[in-house]
Amino acid sequence: MTIMRWKGLFYILGLYLCGPMSAQTLAASDTAPVPGSVTQKQGSAIPMAASNSFNRLLKVTRRHQPPVEDGIHDPDNEGTLLLQAPLEAYANLPRTPSDLGNGVDWVRAVDEHFINPRWDILDPSEQPLVMDMNIIRIPKGSIPNELFPHRQHTLLLDCSNCHPSIFIPQKGANQISMAANLLGQKCGTCHGKVSFPFSECKRCHSQPKDAPNKRGNRP
Amino acid sequence: MVKIFAAALFCYFALLVTPAGAEYGDVVINNYAEGQGMRPVVFPHWFHRIRYTCKVCHADLGFKFKAGGNDITMVKIIEGQFCGACHNGNIAWSVKNCNLCHSGKPGTPTQVHESTTQELVVPSARGIR
Repeated sequence: MTIMRWKGLFYILGLYLCGPMSAQTLAASDTAPVPGSVTQKQGSAIPMAASNSFNRLLKVTRRHQPPVEDGIHDPDNEGTLLLQAPLEAYANLPRTPSDLGNGVDWVRAVDEHFINPRWDILDPSEQPLVMDMNIIRIPKGSIPNELFPHRQHTLLLDCSNCHPSIFIPQKGANQISMAANLLGQKCGTCHGKVSFPFSECKRCHSQPKDAPNKRGNRP
Repeated sequence: MVKIFAAALFCYFALLVTPAGAEYGDVVINNYAEGQGMRPVVFPHWFHRIRYTCKVCHADLGFKFKAGGNDITMVKIIEGQFCGACHNGNIAWSVKNCNLCHSGKPGTPTQVHESTTQELVVPSARGIR
């Protein structure tokens, strides 16, 4: 009899620890006639479900949550309730197929006037000084060549944001590696934090490896 | 019985380590806030970049590209520096609306949410940017 009691206690403790699952399983235990049989079923069912639901690709599954549920805002703060939910703001914006990062194609949004972010803090008519110059970098090994477009960057940024502190404005003067990027240096100053993340490899490494260079030579 | 208990524990920890579902690029700033009895600040990049180009804050207002690296205080904001350049009641809500910015979950360290630096580097130290 005491063993049965302990079983029940552990079962209830387990349910309590399970949090959101508790309502469902509690309902099941209410209808079950014999407590022993229920616990046996639970014992075999839960670990199997848990192993199968392992996030094999380590994908972030909860994205774009409203502030109240996003895990970094305090749901007990009344100000949190007044804040806009991201998906509400993205409703009319072009999305990226990968949905990585914000999942918004911000450059297309600017180019096609879905949004019109101000260049000047007060004057909405002021326009950016856009420089259209592509830089092609040739990475090691078989990694496709990387194309850096100045146009997309100067739409949103000032020259002084990157030059000369992050990138020396001189050909061949900058050692860039993915290791540096991933640690938040070079491109990683913005990409991987705010601009599209590094998992979108081909948005930068967009050129074929054997593309002819400026002089028409192939590598 | 032990199996059940282990399973329950597993579920609990699985839920515990579920990553937050906040928006990519949300910056939590907790340099001084919690030490002064306020909630940490959550700065949503996505909300601001719909309205302003990066240049406005990161060139004109002098925000460095580093979460927690700008030493922002309420005195500076009231004087019109940093957030105070807009959050003055003219362009955007004024500093009187404390809990709209100071809306972070207590105990959240300074970070760029979902950034590679946050995910790659073991988040043991408080100063992971």
